Amino acid sequence: MSHILAYDFMRNAALAGTGIALAAGLAGYFVVLRNQVFTSDALGHVAFTSGLGALVGGVQLLAGVFGGTIAVALGMGGLGGRARGRDVAVGTVFAWVLGCGVLFLSLYSRGRSAAGGTAGVSLLFGSILGLRPAQAVTAAAAGVVISALLLLIARPLLFLSVDPDVAAARGVPATALSFGFLVLLGATVAEAVQAVGALLILGLLVMPAATAQRLTARPYLGLALSGVLAVLFVWAGLVLAFYLPYPASFLITTLAFATYLVSRWGWLW
Amino acid sequence: MVDQPSWDLLADLQLLLEFHFMQNALLAGTLVALLAGATGYFIVLRGQSFAAHTLSQVGFPGAAAGILLHLSPVLGLIGFCVTAALGIGLRGRGLDAGWRGESAAVGGILAFALAVGLLFFSLYAGSVEAIYAFLFGSILGVTDRDVLVTALTAALALLALAVIGRPLIFASVDPEAAEARGVPVRALALAFLVLVALSVAVAVQIVGTLLVFALLVTPGAAAQRLTPRPGLGLGLSTVLSLLFVWSGLSVAYFSPLPVGFAVTTLAFGTYVLARAR
Repeated sequence: MSHILAYDFMRNAALAGTGIALAAGLAGYFVVLRNQVFTSDALGHVAFTSGLGALVGGVQLLAGVFGGTIAVALGMGGLGGRARGRDVAVGTVFAWVLGCGVLFLSLYSRGRSAAGGTAGVSLLFGSILGLRPAQAVTAAAAGVVISALLLLIARPLLFLSVDPDVAAARGVPATALSFGFLVLLGATVAEAVQAVGALLILGLLVMPAATAQRLTARPYLGLALSGVLAVLFVWAGLVLAFYLPYPASFLITTLAFATYLVSRWGWLW
Repeated sequence: MVDQPSWDLLADLQLLLEFHFMQNALLAGTLVALLAGATGYFIVLRGQSFAAHTLSQVGFPGAAAGILLHLSPVLGLIGFCVTAALGIGLRGRGLDAGWRGESAAVGGILAFALAVGLLFFSLYAGSVEAIYAFLFGSILGVTDRDVLVTALTAALALLALAVIGRPLIFASVDPEAAEARGVPVRALALAFLVLVALSVAVAVQIVGTLLVFALLVTPGAAAQRLTPRPGLGLGLSTVLSLLFVWSGLSVAYFSPLPVGFAVTTLAFGTYVLARAR
């Protein structure tokens, strides 16, 4: 272990990965509980487009990813139930958002093809082994802040997610909580893009939570388990990526997916 | 990119057809649009847009595997998509719930499929351009062999669709009555999913895995909002699909805009107009 951590890029990855995974695991538990799996998927697409849009506009990439993702999360919250159930409309809008991302990618890569191409692939599939020290510290700090805020609202949010009607009757501020959670979800997705990338986001956000829900019905235990599993997947993925010639985000996603399959053996047959 | 268009249509057409890669792209694109327009109409009629979305993402590792094994990427796409279609048809009853289903399992499969695609591309160690081409489409990548495979696939699939078209409409609109009249509803559903898989597999060449929706589902959805008549709707869906592909390829040829952006923007605009009507 000390051998692995002797390398700067591995220390940065472990630091950032731990914070990111903790936030993703905790937020993911509420995502599964509140049926927002495909909202998260959509936010991943938005993160890709807004990151490249920021690069084209000369803004810092992370500022674009965070700003765009949180803004769209709030917009989707405003649409509320109306955005649901319109598969064709949702799919058409997703495709167009990604289409705009491709436009930004081609605008950005013009004249600097190598850098532009790499920026796009990093956004799509993650770049946790390529973080600079400052970026790693920022990512870890943001992860800790998001996790702390999630734990702060965990109790009323659990209540609201499990039984919205009773919670509202008891005076839980439903609208404020829902929007507050969407902001945190947007920030979590923006964080997770750095670790596993926009396309593989569900692997880190949803798989640990879904596994935790299969293993225990108790909410606080499940929440904790989801966070712990996400951190373990990232650590194990990083260690494997150190020794194997495969991409870290592939290893993390595969570990998470395999664990989920084992936890719900019998789903396939 | 090359010469500028002149708005003299005949001259522009000659410019478009000047290069071999563009002849291939236009030929394959036309076949893809014919098949996607027709299949897409049925996809929307049957409420299976989410199955189409799932199949297209499963296609990404298929394309990568095709390249890795030095086969045509279209063959890899066909292999992966048809296998997934059979799996969904035989086991995945809940999939039609689509985005409303919010299933963690389906979400996990989508992420895992893309991760495996990433693995194959990193094993292949090719350029990033290859990844982008299969995620977002390209006008450069269609080889002679791909055109041949596309032509055979499209011809077979369209023929099959023509044969099962009438009972399929019956089974889609009123499954109970169709079953009572002796229409093999389950077999038709499975056969149709395989046709969707074939359409996805060939469409990925033009618009890429992530944007297939715009070519496969949106034309059918717009057509259904514009007319309730099945025959007219089917025709309209095909015409829209052809229009998207031809304009997308022309825009990508004459300007630096990517084909995926052009096609999805056209699809999005058309859908908004059709809904606003």
